[in-house]
Amino acid sequence: MKETGHRNVAFVLQIFRTFLKISPFAFGGGYALIALIEREAADRRKWLDSRELADIIALSQSVPGAVGMNAAMLIGYRLARLPGAIAAAAGVLVPAFAIVLTLGIVLLQFRQVPEVRAAFSSITAAVAALIAYAAFRLVRAAVVDKTAAFLIVSTVLALYFLDVHPVFLVLAGGAAGMAAKALRKRLGKPAKAAGRREPVYKYDDYFIGDGI
Amino acid sequence: MLLELFLTFLMIGFVSFGGGYAVIPLIREEIVERHGWMTVREMNDAIAVASMTPGPFAVNSAVFIGYSEAGIAGAIAAAAGAAAPSLILIVLLGAIYVQVRRYELVQSAFYGLRPVIAGLVVYAAILMVLNNRLFAEFSYPSAALSAVFLLSLAAFYFRLHPLYVMLIAGAVGAIGFV
Repeated sequence: MKETGHRNVAFVLQIFRTFLKISPFAFGGGYALIALIEREAADRRKWLDSRELADIIALSQSVPGAVGMNAAMLIGYRLARLPGAIAAAAGVLVPAFAIVLTLGIVLLQFRQVPEVRAAFSSITAAVAALIAYAAFRLVRAAVVDKTAAFLIVSTVLALYFLDVHPVFLVLAGGAAGMAAKALRKRLGKPAKAAGRREPVYKYDDYFIGDGI
Repeated sequence: MLLELFLTFLMIGFVSFGGGYAVIPLIREEIVERHGWMTVREMNDAIAVASMTPGPFAVNSAVFIGYSEAGIAGAIAAAAGAAAPSLILIVLLGAIYVQVRRYELVQSAFYGLRPVIAGLVVYAAILMVLNNRLFAEFSYPSAALSAVFLLSLAAFYFRLHPLYVMLIAGAVGAIGFV
């Protein structure tokens, strides 16, 4: 990857402007930003090739946070170290911040207007469907064996009936995964292959938070 | 207050593997239950706004929630908290230049994380259905919303872009429900 003078202010600003340009169009979360990054950073500006992009996507999925933002920061960092990472982050966040703030203020102001209330109830129903769809896809991708199925079910039950704090469940999940794999090794079971195909992002489904 | 917002979303950010809707149960637990900053109805609005706008869902909801709690300063504090974990970890990893995911330990952790994250999103879906009284009663509003829900589901299945679906839903709602 091109690693031009990381102290070059003009270059850092260019990074900022690039992400500023593409981020307002990254609707629907998930890999929307990735698709845009590929078009802009890889194809147009030739900042990275497709193999580096694949590595970056994989790494971005391994870190908490939205995959698109992680990828942007990672690219920014690789191009121009910390200033580059911050510039990329700013480019991604500033438009989103402004748009969310605008929409939020509008909603908070006009909440009482019946049409607005009705419109948002309807939109919320659509969002519920979006989340349900995402849940369906995630479950389908995550259910690789009985252990995984058990974890999914127990997570939902623990949240619904026991009101366990989700943070504990996430940490427990990571620990359980490590323990399960260690146990399998100990018992001499053959190491499970990655379990499913590597989640290469798919253009048409990019809006679903395919997560990890 | 600002510090609380920052720290709360910092914590949420650190465990938001897979970004996206997995943070909804976390937001509910922290914002609604623990701090009591918002009602369920307000949280629904936050989720709607965060879904309609570009940018990561976690950061978007942080901006909205932060603003409704403490104005623009709150929005900035919350957003900074949500985005900071990513920046910190990326820079750390970038500096070490390590392909983290190749390590067996990380892979095995994710073997457990993926199902849990899926479970979180399932629970988020359940919350959304319950909180919005979809399929709950035999009344016109409930039936209409349930119809929107089902039609949207079909639309997503057929790969219609979510923004269009949401805008159409909004228009239908404004025209049809009042």
